[in-house]
Amino acid sequence: MATDRFPVEQGHIMLFARSVGDENPIYHDPDAAAETEPGHVIPPPTFVQASAQFTDGYSLRPVTGQAWFGSGKEPTGVKRESSGGGGGTGFHAEQHYEYHAPIQPGDVLKAVDKPGKSWTREGRRGGSLSFNESITEYYNQDGVLVVTARSVGVQTSRVVE
Amino acid sequence: MALSKSNISVGDQHSEQVVDNLTRTQIIQYAGASGDYNPLHTDEIFTTQIAGYPTVFAHGMLSMGLTGKMLTNYVGDGRLTKYGVRFVAQVWPGDSLTATATVEDIREEDGVSLVDLAVSTVNQDGAEVVKGSATARIDG
Repeated sequence: MATDRFPVEQGHIMLFARSVGDENPIYHDPDAAAETEPGHVIPPPTFVQASAQFTDGYSLRPVTGQAWFGSGKEPTGVKRESSGGGGGTGFHAEQHYEYHAPIQPGDVLKAVDKPGKSWTREGRRGGSLSFNESITEYYNQDGVLVVTARSVGVQTSRVVE
Repeated sequence: MALSKSNISVGDQHSEQVVDNLTRTQIIQYAGASGDYNPLHTDEIFTTQIAGYPTVFAHGMLSMGLTGKMLTNYVGDGRLTKYGVRFVAQVWPGDSLTATATVEDIREEDGVSLVDLAVSTVNQDGAEVVKGSATARIDG
């Protein structure tokens, strides 16, 4: 997802590493990290996904004052469209990263979207499946390409059991 | 310790249990850290009553992140050049996952020594949930 300004912060890296159960000191201890080959705190390999925190209008983040599709007083805060129902759901099908240059706390990344492909096929369990690829390039504050991310999403026409 | 051409062979495997009895709280931790607050992962009422699933389930990216811990423990910090996966099956609260890397090739590219790895993560029933590949720099 295109993001103009993704500041890479040491505390955020620590929280992200904790959330994937990774207690490697290189993700939270600058002194220990200084003794490693990279020589500084680095993020875990899937960290750039957290750029979503800094993406304007990201649809999977609640916004104050706007209806949210999760539960509150009711099981959902947004009524579904009556047409085209059937319980289909969007899923993340694939994720691929290429690492070009190191990232460290203090970097300010910019994520740029590139066009990807789209295709459909019949699924075994979920009816027809629509795939959409998106490619995101992450550049640091010096304009250096640090990570290329390729994501494939799939939309099912029924609930997947 | 980083891998080197002299200490690995095609077919070598490295496995780790990357989560034991995945909790809903850990899924919530991942939502908070990653910024993906899709209620399918954290909101039992929405997920069962509206979306029609038996309970909440992990973000695919949490499975990928857990699997990545095994990879970086194996190849060393800052050594990955590529890492990609397909999300094969959903991961549910209570699941225990074991991630495995298998050495597929050891090669040179532009004077850099690289290892290509097949990546697979299975649940407690042996069902594959993540399947992918990775490439890492190794010592010559």
